[in-house]
Amino acid sequence: MKPVILWTDGLIFLLIFVLCAFAWYASKRPHLSAPWKKVGESRSGMISAVVLMFFVGIGFLDSLHYRPADGKGAWSVQVLSAFDALASKMRTRTETTYSAPFATHSFQKEAVLVDGKPERVYPRLKYGGAELHDPARDEIPDVAKRVLASWGWAILAWIAAFVALALALAKGRSLKMSAAMILKGESNHPWDAMLYTLLALFLIFFPAFSLSSHYHVFGTDKVGQDVFYLALKSIRTGLVIGTLTTLVMLPFAIWLGILAGYLGGWIDDVIQYIYTTLNSIPSVLLIVASVLMMQVYIDSHPSLFETMAERADLRLLFLCMILGMTSWTELCRLLRGEALKLREMDYIQAAQAFGVSHLKIVTRHILPNVMHIVLISVVMQFSSLVLAEAVLSYVGVGVDPSMISFGTMINAARLEMAREPMVWWSLAAAFLFMFSMVLAANLFADAVRDAFDPRLQTRSALGILKRVIGRNPQ
Amino acid sequence: MIAYLARRVLYAIPILLGVNLFTFALFFVANSPDDMARLQLGIKRVTPEAIAIWKHAHGYDKPLFYNGADQGLQRFSDTIFFEKSASMFAFDFGRADDGRDIAREIRMRAGPSLEIALPSFVIGMMTNITFALLMAFFRATLLDMWGVVLCVAAMSISGLFYIIGGQFLVAKLWHWVPISGFESGLSSLKFVILPVAIGVVSGIGGGARWYRTLFLEEIGRDYVRTARSKGISELAVLFRHVARNGLIPILTGAVVIIPSLFIGSLILESFFGIPGLGSYTLDAINSQDFAVVRSMVFIGSLLNILGLMLTDISYTVADPRIRLQ
Repeated sequence: MKPVILWTDGLIFLLIFVLCAFAWYASKRPHLSAPWKKVGESRSGMISAVVLMFFVGIGFLDSLHYRPADGKGAWSVQVLSAFDALASKMRTRTETTYSAPFATHSFQKEAVLVDGKPERVYPRLKYGGAELHDPARDEIPDVAKRVLASWGWAILAWIAAFVALALALAKGRSLKMSAAMILKGESNHPWDAMLYTLLALFLIFFPAFSLSSHYHVFGTDKVGQDVFYLALKSIRTGLVIGTLTTLVMLPFAIWLGILAGYLGGWIDDVIQYIYTTLNSIPSVLLIVASVLMMQVYIDSHPSLFETMAERADLRLLFLCMILGMTSWTELCRLLRGEALKLREMDYIQAAQAFGVSHLKIVTRHILPNVMHIVLISVVMQFSSLVLAEAVLSYVGVGVDPSMISFGTMINAARLEMAREPMVWWSLAAAFLFMFSMVLAANLFADAVRDAFDPRLQTRSALGILKRVIGRNPQ
Repeated sequence: MIAYLARRVLYAIPILLGVNLFTFALFFVANSPDDMARLQLGIKRVTPEAIAIWKHAHGYDKPLFYNGADQGLQRFSDTIFFEKSASMFAFDFGRADDGRDIAREIRMRAGPSLEIALPSFVIGMMTNITFALLMAFFRATLLDMWGVVLCVAAMSISGLFYIIGGQFLVAKLWHWVPISGFESGLSSLKFVILPVAIGVVSGIGGGARWYRTLFLEEIGRDYVRTARSKGISELAVLFRHVARNGLIPILTGAVVIIPSLFIGSLILESFFGIPGLGSYTLDAINSQDFAVVRSMVFIGSLLNILGLMLTDISYTVADPRIRLQ
């Protein structure tokens, strides 16, 4: 086993490291952690955070890549991930073609010799429900037995999580009191809602995983791959697009925006010209043109990439860069406006009067005061990027065709609805997973925006003031 | 106002030049004309002569930016960049790889694109405003809350789902309209209805929620309280005061899109087989026809700049206090 760190893996690790570092840094500074506390008190925000953490967990496992030994003393050219290793049954047990969810027989008739005569029958699947003697009779009890058994494990795991949380929050109280406090929702944070979300996730995914090694939970696609596996693999691609794109564009947006607003003059003119120009190209066309060029470049330089995964990965990274290139202008414009406003503030003027250098003023005084705008736009953009990936891949200018993503799943299934009988499960799985991920991201983004947007805060603060003194404070 | 507009038009020229320079760099820096020729002729086993012939036929046998072999201004004008972008400004887009005139193609396809884009835009705006007003009227009730929840859920559904689901339900299962295709004239109606409906439905989530916040912002204003304290009914307050003022940011914000409607929608048109500009672009992408993609980028930017200018004008129309100087 030889670990492989693909480009996007490295960036994901960097991102996680930065987030952890920031969390540690902010936890000691009340002015930084206060808005996050507010996010932590939001019910919908924390429920969606639990769901998102689940997706992120799968995405992270799927980012630990390695190349297994090929048995001949060399490394296989196939790049696998820790998630692939966990789900190896789902990955390797491929049928020959379509099969419905929980099917034991193939979806299409095949010619089989029965008593020397060729007959067209639905053959048994190679793996789906292969242990059953009489599928028509045994399947439902078998599935029920497995579901019940895994629910037992799910509840045990949930109780363990509950006890761990109660212990962590006990702070000198007894475990019973702490648990009661959590369940009654007496804490500032909606622990009860989070625990119930966790329970729901456990109750869904424990049986799903346990059944997936005996059945094809979401059926199989045209080439017989397990659709549940494909949907789970798509999560990483979606997460990478949603996070790395903003990571790529942030330096441009932040520095150019602040410099334009703070320095003014010809620098402002140049930066404004650049982003007006980029902005006036319709973003879809800009993305399309850029991806087209990248595609041609990759096609005409095949020797640059050692494995297929590397090529697909670099293409994903380029896609992030291209999406970032088209999306930084809006944030840049916002930051320029904010920096223009901040430049006239008394504390900046004071710093200038003291002779503090421009670089220091920007990093110490302006940057921290525009971070809320950056953060809000980052979390708001995530979901639209995930959705955009599907559309772009569908159009044919998205991720590499060999990379599993929601877009490539939908693209591969585009003609399946027209089949008779209809093949619905690939599309259903792709849309279901994408919907739950985007919905969770949207709800979380709303919670973050509510906590960080000073406009909303001043309004509510004004409201409180009005109520306290009984008239308009102005 | 006229002086302002003249200045805006003049300012558009360097931007368009920038757009051209940018797309040019995009198309030629990563991939030299040789690469393009090889791609068009098939990657393997292409003789250098064949490449030279292709480059000459398509006008790519000159230096990119600077021609040292020429004299005076010719040094800059006898280059690929000058020839390809100067003709753009004269709306001469040249020919596509299949030999058709791009300008004529664009003229022919703008109609079908508009037939989809304009109704979805107008009907979409009206539906969104209606839903937003409804939620604003029943604000802070269960109806409002569930409306917002539904909006967020609708926002989280991929646009592809609306299209595939709609096509399946309306066209395949119920047989109300043909699945895809297009005819000119009045009979186009049956082809247009479904894409327009899907365009409207897929925009409701984001649109209605956004407009609701705008209306709620307006409802919190002092003049609304004054109107209410005069004893005007809540319905009259909403329609006579709030809706009118709330519509200003909505309408001026929407103006910017109007010129871009010509470009049509890439996805909708390709799904429904509408011979519009969107599907034209998409076909060009799939056949890697650079001339077409470049022309579409140029036209799209032009319309976008036009949209920004119209936005400025619409501000003065909506709010007489604003004067453009």
